[in-house]
Amino acid sequence: MNRVFRDVCGCTHKASFTRFSKIRSRSTLLAIGAAAFLWSCASHESVAQVDSPKSFPRAQIAKGQELAHIGNCMGCHTVEGGKPYAGGTPLKTPFGTIHGTNITPDPETGIGRWSLEAFTRAMREGVDREGRNLFPAFPYDHFTKATDEDIAALYAFVMTREPVNQKNLGNSVPLPRATVSVWKSRYLQRGALTPDATKTPEWNRGAYLVEGLGHCGACHTPRNTLGAEKKDEAFSGGEVEGWHAPALNSSSPSPIPWTVEAMQTYLKHGVADLHAQTAGPMVGVVHDLSQVSDGDVRAIATYIVSLDTRSAEQRKRASDAALERARAALAQKGNAVYDGACADCHNRGRGQEGGALELPLGTALTVPTPRNLAHIIRDGIVPHEGERTGWMPAFAGALTDEQLTDLLTYLRALSGQPAWPDVAGEVRKISKGP
Amino acid sequence: MKLDVNGRVQDVEADPATPLLYVLRDNLGLNAAKFGCGLGQCGACVVMADGEAIYSCITPISVLEKRKIKTVEGLGTVEKPGPMQRAFIEAQAAQCGYCIPGMMMRAQALLEKTPNASEAEIRSALQPQLCRCGTHTRILHAVVRAGELMRGKS
Repeated sequence: MNRVFRDVCGCTHKASFTRFSKIRSRSTLLAIGAAAFLWSCASHESVAQVDSPKSFPRAQIAKGQELAHIGNCMGCHTVEGGKPYAGGTPLKTPFGTIHGTNITPDPETGIGRWSLEAFTRAMREGVDREGRNLFPAFPYDHFTKATDEDIAALYAFVMTREPVNQKNLGNSVPLPRATVSVWKSRYLQRGALTPDATKTPEWNRGAYLVEGLGHCGACHTPRNTLGAEKKDEAFSGGEVEGWHAPALNSSSPSPIPWTVEAMQTYLKHGVADLHAQTAGPMVGVVHDLSQVSDGDVRAIATYIVSLDTRSAEQRKRASDAALERARAALAQKGNAVYDGACADCHNRGRGQEGGALELPLGTALTVPTPRNLAHIIRDGIVPHEGERTGWMPAFAGALTDEQLTDLLTYLRALSGQPAWPDVAGEVRKISKGP
Repeated sequence: MKLDVNGRVQDVEADPATPLLYVLRDNLGLNAAKFGCGLGQCGACVVMADGEAIYSCITPISVLEKRKIKTVEGLGTVEKPGPMQRAFIEAQAAQCGYCIPGMMMRAQALLEKTPNASEAEIRSALQPQLCRCGTHTRILHAVVRAGELMRGKS
């Protein structure tokens, strides 16, 4: 019993639970157990104050900085326009507003008197130096997976920041901190991540960063009524600060399934060609990841993309369909040009006075390049002097390159053929002349 | 929608598919550009868009938003004709005059791009502009003269 409780709570309690072991009634046992447990957890020991070491090896600080970027620590611990890591960012949760705390080494308002031991306990157990529970808005359910070495590096980094004397803003959560112990007993799974030997080292590195310090699931996994991530729905999309964090698993709403390359580019630069640009809370995450080594960003991308377990064929189908929808939508822009410039004659058809060929029947729409059609539209079909032939006016000058591109895209869609690649490029070439 | 004609941005209430020619004449009261064939064959309706000669009878206003349209009214006034207009008056290039606005605008587009256009280049550029009266020779003289005036030769 004692051991069980110690395992779920994870901290070294002085209280012994052995004397309850003979009680057989399950509900009584639970009630008493919970009460004793709350009491015991609510009184974690404080860790002795220290004068923190002021110097650390340069490499360790650099490593800590990189990890702090991966963890987007600033997201909560730096308010916009405020001093770095001095806290104050409000995080609105369904339970109340929690403010990111001052984690600069200021001895009074920051964590300047925290030893590495206290820092490690906060990261792994969600308990501050004084022994009080931290609300799990601080994602120690993820950070608990970080290695000793990484936590020490983070410690070296924060302890070498500029100390800022700035009082913490507290929180508006109406629950006593003791209740967090119950939460921890159910949802805090301690211990390192077991590497998957069947996967590459890169994937395992990604898994470690994503599940640990990166705490991606904190936003991208839905939470239950107690605010814990639903582990059986991991990465299926969550809510954060009024934004929806899209699913990263097979239910990813991305019209085009992500590739590792696209994800890496997105995480590093905030935009990938065939995907949306970062917005909302993700902007800060990418800002930080832009300063992380390519290797780690790629590892993160590798792991995240692997969460989508759809087969290559399924992904290709989804991708093709999305591209086709995008082309069709794009073609609608050309529709407006067609209505004004072409429809008058071409909707009449050859049979009518002044009518011209119905364009879905046009050969120029079906050949593998848009060049023929572009030439015809720009230069018209003008008979040589003295010859009788069909005739079409030239639209050179009347249509901009962009309008011509839209029109060509639309006409190609009319033909029922797959879209031409790089219509804009072909138009540019033709505009420049031979 | 808004159209920029001769440097004045004006609100136009018309179907986006309406040809520019109708909007110029019926909505904006700019009667220089003429309706000839309505098919972009004769050149009587030619005006400029972003420096290029276009057939206003076949160009819908939907493609002209935010582009600079220029008509003969933008070349000068009766009291103060521009170089192209002065040259056409000097050369007495008009017979019936119906084709002249289109001639002037295509010539203007040419000279704005190629100030030193040769006579051969002028002939080639004006090829799509038809004149039933047969004043081609005078028109050619006028355009050559317009080039001189634009280059500051009096």
